[in-house]
Amino acid sequence: MAEHEGAVQDNNQPLLMAEGLSKSYGRLMACRDVSFALYPGEVLAVVGESGSGKTTLLQLLSAQLAPSAGRVSYRMRDGVMRDLASLGEAERRFLFRTDWGYVHQDPALGLRMAVSAGANVGERLMAVGWNHYGRIRDTASSWLERVEIGIDRIDDAPRTYSGGMRQRLQIARNLVTEPRLVFMDEPTGGLDVSVQARLLDLMRNLVSELNLAAIVVTHDLAVARLLSHRVMVMKGGRVIETGLTDQVLDDPCEPYTQLLVSSILPA
Amino acid sequence: MTAMIEISNAEKTFTMHLQGGVQLPVVRGVSFFVEPGECVVLAGPSGAGKSSILKMIFGNYRCDAGRIGIRHQGAQIDLARAEPRQILSVRRATIGYVSQFLRAVPRVATSDVVAEPLIVNGMARSEARERAGALLRRLNIPERLWALPPSTFSGGEQQRVNIARGFISDLPILLLDEPTASLDAANRAVVVDLIGEKKRAGVAMVAIVHDDEIRHLIADRIVDVTSFAAAA
Repeated sequence: MAEHEGAVQDNNQPLLMAEGLSKSYGRLMACRDVSFALYPGEVLAVVGESGSGKTTLLQLLSAQLAPSAGRVSYRMRDGVMRDLASLGEAERRFLFRTDWGYVHQDPALGLRMAVSAGANVGERLMAVGWNHYGRIRDTASSWLERVEIGIDRIDDAPRTYSGGMRQRLQIARNLVTEPRLVFMDEPTGGLDVSVQARLLDLMRNLVSELNLAAIVVTHDLAVARLLSHRVMVMKGGRVIETGLTDQVLDDPCEPYTQLLVSSILPA
Repeated sequence: MTAMIEISNAEKTFTMHLQGGVQLPVVRGVSFFVEPGECVVLAGPSGAGKSSILKMIFGNYRCDAGRIGIRHQGAQIDLARAEPRQILSVRRATIGYVSQFLRAVPRVATSDVVAEPLIVNGMARSEARERAGALLRRLNIPERLWALPPSTFSGGEQQRVNIARGFISDLPILLLDEPTASLDAANRAVVVDLIGEKKRAGVAMVAIVHDDEIRHLIADRIVDVTSFAAAA
């Protein structure tokens, strides 16, 4: 497991803050005036239909897109809140390689499909300076075990894996450096229901055991209910309703949220 | 004031936007308090808003006006105005809720469903499982079922799992929505005993029970919800 270099984690201080975040593509406003604070250990779900601006927001928050207005600040491991736009290249790399995880809907985007599962997990460790082969392999195999991938598959490449296994491997690759914040873009999209349930249960346990903060973009309200503490509902690039997850889902106020909730097919 | 729950003039209206914005007033002027060690039973016909009041106290339904004062970690917090983080903290440390139906997480074993509130509060997994087992045994859930997820259980079994999950922690406030509805006489008696033990431990409870006999056994006071009827 990666060492936390004197990590200061005060659960009462926000880990990430968005202030007046906006992004326009010409005349199209993909994201308008989004503000919120995320605390350590807190899971925030961003829900809304396709085109509502969820993925743009995730890219803005994870510094993959520059905002047209507003800013994102993040509490670095030394406890200092920094504007993401002001970070140097080395600091941004540190965030991406160590302190953040990013779980893509399509595991092929987050994994190297042709190298072994063990190497996929070990690579993140090597990127942060681990160089002892035995330790890397031990840590990689303990993570594969944690995400319920048999050790006998450690030398196989993920292209030989099923969709659910690939997604679990992607999660292991992200969590091996003990990030404090994980971004997830439709993490269960494209998986069949039984595989989804297993993945959700796994993520739920990992998030609480590791005191992880996470921002999960999903159009699936069941995923939001199972995984998140808080929900933001987006429509037309704007946050139209936000609150405690069960409150928003059981007592939705906005017309669009009521429509979303009432559109769930009973199982 | 030593009350654990102190509600004044709480109000709830649903606006149904998909039905042309119809306003559905549920309750208005809800005011009552609950002391430690006391069980207050909400009475009134179906649809009078009893469950809505419980959900407002739990922060599951929003409160449109008024105040829901909860004694939490030595201070009073107004749940009607609290931040999501504060509500979660209140649920972790102060308020337990036994709903009518178990919302089971797929794939999680019964003993873990029951033990979870203790683990969240920092108890070691093995000890929490042991306490879960003791409670499940008391509620007559056979040991061979403990390792299975409760989603396939009968209605009565699911409700008992739900009761075990609600009663396992030592939270100072407990909300009970029809805890005995689908139980047989033997299990109803167990629940009545559990409620008695909570009272002696100083827990403040608000309950909804339709069964007159059970109500008689557990109620210290009855609050008539029809007096909070909002439709006028």
